[in-house]
Amino acid sequence: MTTTTETTLTTQVYRVYIKATPEAIWDAITKPEWTEKYGYGGRVEFDLRPGGAYRAFASEAMKKAGAEMGFPTPDVIVDGEVIEADPPRKLVQTWRMNMDQEMAAEGFTRLTYEIVEGKEGVTKLTVVHELEGAPQLALLVSGGKESEGAGGGWSWVLSDLKTLLETGTSMDWQVALNQG
Amino acid sequence: MWSRILRTVTDDDRVFKALADPTRRFLLDLLFVRDSRTLTELESELEMTRFGVMKHLRVLEEAGLVVTHRSGREKLHFLNPVPIRLIHDRWIDKYTERRVSALAELKHELEEEMA
Repeated sequence: MTTTTETTLTTQVYRVYIKATPEAIWDAITKPEWTEKYGYGGRVEFDLRPGGAYRAFASEAMKKAGAEMGFPTPDVIVDGEVIEADPPRKLVQTWRMNMDQEMAAEGFTRLTYEIVEGKEGVTKLTVVHELEGAPQLALLVSGGKESEGAGGGWSWVLSDLKTLLETGTSMDWQVALNQG
Repeated sequence: MWSRILRTVTDDDRVFKALADPTRRFLLDLLFVRDSRTLTELESELEMTRFGVMKHLRVLEEAGLVVTHRSGREKLHFLNPVPIRLIHDRWIDKYTERRVSALAELKHELEEEMA
């Protein structure tokens, strides 16, 4: 653990309340049939044990959007390693964005999902992203690159996740990206 | 269905009420510039008692606009943009053509779980 000043200036915290079970939220984060339905929409591969691999793949929509903007999209857009998996309560992993060379060079960041069941079927999901030494990625996940067509980061993803779990539908990826 | 609508209205109400105060907007602006601040740091920026600042922070926390997170011994305050995003997305969704989702089975599954 580094000192407070170093870690905190580069940590982002997001929270959303979702009317769904902790299990449903856990599945939505860790299962490909769910991850392709919200946010950036790629399928994930999780080996849910310490040291297990994590990969998020580019969706077809993402590849198409990349091609239209004139840059190639790698197959594995995010990779990392599972640090702790305690379904359906806590998931800690490393996370590296490979979409962009500069961000890939910033290396692995640390991501924590905390899922806490509340009253009346409402579950609290908190995402803590520790982004030390990754200023470009920090900008991306905070939604700072939305106007460049890079999506709205965590708040956008979590808003869409809530909508999907509560209503069964999510945003149209292309429509959402073109709104930037 | 009605309970969901009513609950949503309540969530939005909390956000709008939290925003309807200049001190609380100022606190959010401070956190927007740089978040992960302690109560003492935030207090130093305001001409107000510690108790007063705490009260405002509590309203912001209840609206979900501020989230506290512990780092070592310190309780740090973070700006949480998700509630504002939810309001934004709801309005945008209203006016954009949405794909017809074939996720009806998921809705049913989740509603059954809830029942």
